[in-house]
Amino acid sequence: MLSRVANNLYWMARYIERAENIARIVDVNLQLLLDLRDLNDQRLADHWMPIVQSTGDEAAFLGLHKKATGKHVTEFLVFQTENTNSLVSSICQARENARMVRDQITGDLWEELNRLYLFVRSPQARQVWKESPTDFFQQVKSSSLTLIGLTRATAIRNEGWNFSEAGKLIERADKTSRILDLRYHTLPEKGAPTSVTQAEALEWSAILRSCSAWDAYKSIHSAEVHPKLVTNFLLLNEDFPRSARFCVKELNLALRRISGVSAGRFSNEAEKLTGRLEAELQFSTVDEIFAHGLHQYLDQFQFKLNAIGNALFSAYFFQSTASVDDQILVQQEEQQQQSHHLVLGANDANRPTVN
Amino acid sequence: MPGVGKTRHHMLKRYDHAGFFDEMLDKGGQVRPHYRKFREHFKALTPQEFNHKRHSVDVAFLRQGITFNVYGDSAGTEKIFPFDLLPRIIPAREWELLERGLAQRITALNLFLHDIYHEQHILKEGVIPPHYVLSGKHFRREFAGFNVPKDIYIHVCGTDLIRDDSGRWLVLEDNGRCPSGVSYVLENRRAMKRSFPGMFEQIGVRPVEDYSQELLRMLNYLAPVGVADPTVVLLTPGAYNSAYFEHTYLARQMGIEIVEGRDLVVRDARVFMRTTKGLRPVHVIYRRIDDDFIDPTVFRRDSMLGVPGLVHAYRAGNVSLANSIGTGIADDKVMYYFVPRMIKYYLNQEPIIPNVETYLASEEADKKYILENLNKLVVKAANESGGYGMLMGPKASKDEIEIFRKAIEADPRNYIAQPMISLSRHPTQTDENKFEGRHIDLRPFILYGEKIVIVPGGLTRVALRKGSLVVNSSQGGGSKDTWVLYGDE
Repeated sequence: MLSRVANNLYWMARYIERAENIARIVDVNLQLLLDLRDLNDQRLADHWMPIVQSTGDEAAFLGLHKKATGKHVTEFLVFQTENTNSLVSSICQARENARMVRDQITGDLWEELNRLYLFVRSPQARQVWKESPTDFFQQVKSSSLTLIGLTRATAIRNEGWNFSEAGKLIERADKTSRILDLRYHTLPEKGAPTSVTQAEALEWSAILRSCSAWDAYKSIHSAEVHPKLVTNFLLLNEDFPRSARFCVKELNLALRRISGVSAGRFSNEAEKLTGRLEAELQFSTVDEIFAHGLHQYLDQFQFKLNAIGNALFSAYFFQSTASVDDQILVQQEEQQQQSHHLVLGANDANRPTVN
Repeated sequence: MPGVGKTRHHMLKRYDHAGFFDEMLDKGGQVRPHYRKFREHFKALTPQEFNHKRHSVDVAFLRQGITFNVYGDSAGTEKIFPFDLLPRIIPAREWELLERGLAQRITALNLFLHDIYHEQHILKEGVIPPHYVLSGKHFRREFAGFNVPKDIYIHVCGTDLIRDDSGRWLVLEDNGRCPSGVSYVLENRRAMKRSFPGMFEQIGVRPVEDYSQELLRMLNYLAPVGVADPTVVLLTPGAYNSAYFEHTYLARQMGIEIVEGRDLVVRDARVFMRTTKGLRPVHVIYRRIDDDFIDPTVFRRDSMLGVPGLVHAYRAGNVSLANSIGTGIADDKVMYYFVPRMIKYYLNQEPIIPNVETYLASEEADKKYILENLNKLVVKAANESGGYGMLMGPKASKDEIEIFRKAIEADPRNYIAQPMISLSRHPTQTDENKFEGRHIDLRPFILYGEKIVIVPGGLTRVALRKGSLVVNSSQGGGSKDTWVLYGDE
């Protein structure tokens, strides 16, 4: 498949996943505020600022807003197109990538994505948002899930599918780790906290709900919310589809379907790094992670995912950096050599220019 | 339909058809025979039902992103191409005439292109004054003596036809470079079938759906010698081109890759596409990029859309292009003037569909006439399309006329003039939910491969603004589905 097309599919899937994650984070945190007491400016900032930080766009935010209030943060994360990672920006970019490869995706997928795009850009979206943010996020989330479902149910399992899977999984693993990192400033630098206040428990359950993990978590750990258990679940659980380990395992499989190289071997940097990261998650315990420092661990995890993304780019998407000028030079050289052949074996069809 | 209240029937009764050739009603206000069956079905609909159908079609087009991009408009870059639900209907005997006329024309144009790039008989014998061809902006002298694959120059042609106030069919222009619009033909039909599922069979409308297969068959036919299973691709200028929707649509329908210039690379006079598994050879390119931009080493040096070395590969016979390079000269509006002579010269026939009467500004007598009658004529620049570079004399301001007067005097070769044709009209729904006559034209699509294939009908474009004669999508035009009937009624 065309490298450019593979790249577009990869990013289309990443941006859809990104938009859905923003919808969940903002939705859950807006609801969480309803349960918190004694809110003042400082406490609000303490609540919202980590969310901005988790997206990695703190500098952009401070360039646009003075204070981290709910209004500013949600505006920044949801609607502001100056923020290239906002929900609306992500949907626009997903749709733009899809537009470039419309011949490669099913009509249903395109229509749904286009519908979502038209919705978030319409005045009606603002209206829904004003009346009930939850309804707004519900629309975005169900649209994203429809897109994922449509892809699963209708897309042929070819290379393009694997590249869009890879994009989705890298984004999802990254976002899960960033959401898990939201409350790191309440943790000791190394080691796990011994006791958890009620407010903290609420915050950690918000983390689970931001990852749509609340029900799954409860079924395993009952209703006891502890940072260690939450971390274990979101990072190391083998079966939960949004856990870091699950995503990396699936990513590894997708990459191997692309190249045909069996597990245990690798044919490029991306496969090597992904295999290594999967092994690391398989053979780690949550105690070790806390002993190392959760924040630091997650930082490194995100760094490794970035490295995998870059390696994928060099292995499959990279277009030779030769500029058009260089290419023209190559062509002129080739044609110089060719015209010697032409003189030797000149035939009518290849007659040199009459000009 | 008794008891439903007002029906469409009444609304069409107030319809004014005087003063023009109306496609549906004759001079006496009677429905023409080939519209009668449609009229019967149509009468059974209430205005509410009709508007409901219209609304769902609009929503479907928007959802599917069946849109075009407007150049120079940064705010609303994508628009849906307005679609009018009343179909334009052509009876079998009339279509048969058009088909013969279009085949005659594309045959003559291809013979002409072969001739001027080879022996130039038509110039040597003075049938066409040589300087008109040799001075043409799109005459590619670099390709003199070059044999294009299968000796076909124009593979896809979108000829614009109109009818004058007596209902006579005329050719307005030949689009022999990269004509667009066929995706609307296919999508309009799909929308109509969804809206009026019962009508098609009962009225007897010929299908258009096999266009994509015919196009692919033609492209495969062009494959370079010795390539049994050619790789065909569609070359697009990219997602910001106004016809990008059509490019992806056709590529998907044909099941071929759509590529941009940067996806292709030329090595040893062969064309390859960059894939995730390395370079893969390409044999036939359906290019939707004009000659000027196709190869920066040969034509425009600043083009970022093209593929360096493509022309070299083409000359070496390793890749085929549709349409061939150099067909732009046939689109030159001055060449249009000579098409009837080409038909006579190469085929020894009279044109089946005549031209619109045309004056060449570079002929002294014609120029004098043009300059004296600028307020009555339509003036066109020889190498513009899409309704740009045009003066509608009777509707123009004094300043506009003076601008054209200066331009014609400065560069007469670049202008032609034609009398203002009052195009035929067709009942069309207005924004106020009334039905009024609006001017229309017709662009059939002609494929020239192993044989000539013309999909029945084509794109009927309609000038939605009252009184307007400009049907281009970029200038307030819309479209209709075009029905060619199996019979005459």
